[in-house]
Amino acid sequence: MSLNKPEPVQVIKQRRDAALSALVASVPYIRYLGVQFDRRGDELTAILPFREDLIGNPFLPALHGGATAAFLEIAAVIELSWLGLWEDLENGEIDLDALESGPPRPLPKTIDFSIDYLRSGLPRDAYARARVNRSGRRYASVHVEAWQDNKSRLFAQATGHFLMPDIGRNV
Amino acid sequence: MAETDATYAFIDAIPHSKALGMEIFSVTSGEVELRMPYNSDLVGDPQTGVIHGGAVSALLDTCCGAAVMSHPDQKGKMTATLDLRIDYMRPAVPHQTIRAIATCYNVTRSVAFVRAVALDDDDARPVATATGAFVVGGEK
Repeated sequence: MSLNKPEPVQVIKQRRDAALSALVASVPYIRYLGVQFDRRGDELTAILPFREDLIGNPFLPALHGGATAAFLEIAAVIELSWLGLWEDLENGEIDLDALESGPPRPLPKTIDFSIDYLRSGLPRDAYARARVNRSGRRYASVHVEAWQDNKSRLFAQATGHFLMPDIGRNV
Repeated sequence: MAETDATYAFIDAIPHSKALGMEIFSVTSGEVELRMPYNSDLVGDPQTGVIHGGAVSALLDTCCGAAVMSHPDQKGKMTATLDLRIDYMRPAVPHQTIRAIATCYNVTRSVAFVRAVALDDDDARPVATATGAFVVGGEK
């Protein structure tokens, strides 16, 4: 028999983008902060477009530490969910039509989050990438790094622990 | 006291805190209480209506910074967060105002140490707690 024909690229992109936007659009606070995600294959970059109301120190001016914290936490949670979703998504186990009404499964819950502020956030766009260091059935540990102009000059980093949603498998 | 007045004025002038609807409830020497009324923009889980952890973090961060400013040794000067750790005990009950109480319990020449708690209407069971280190006397 001949090899399976690879899926058309548009079909793959449409499926992955639909799943990602279902994940992101389900959270009002992500929408409110204006956080977006750039996807390259399975790699995500979170983007926080600058807005005046993200300022915490109007005299410098600098981003609010709380806005930075929220941005990093969002980047961590979405990365963790995305990673958990990826395999099922690629195996066709996610109902794509149901994505319009919400994310395919609940988001992980934050247990703790520890933020390290390395330099003040400038009044411009910020970017973040998260790395899942451990993802078990119940707990996960995620590290996030955020930068603005130069990726080698991080302005904040964070580590968080998360409780994975009970999806009724692996029991 | 000058540092108390400066803290009031400063917190009122923070764009992001204003955007999230934070209000100052009380400022005393090294201790501040802020409140953040429920707002559907801040929801993290639309199924339950629970406020997103990130919004609670922003409230705790602001409250800790304000507690540092209000400390007599800081004399109302600005501060910046060095690090902040937040533990989430439970989801905040939807439609309740979240209160944050921060205490700046030690100030050295360069670092201020702060702890804080976030509560909803149930005083006995905290929603979240935070501990942080802040810059003393100016910028990073």
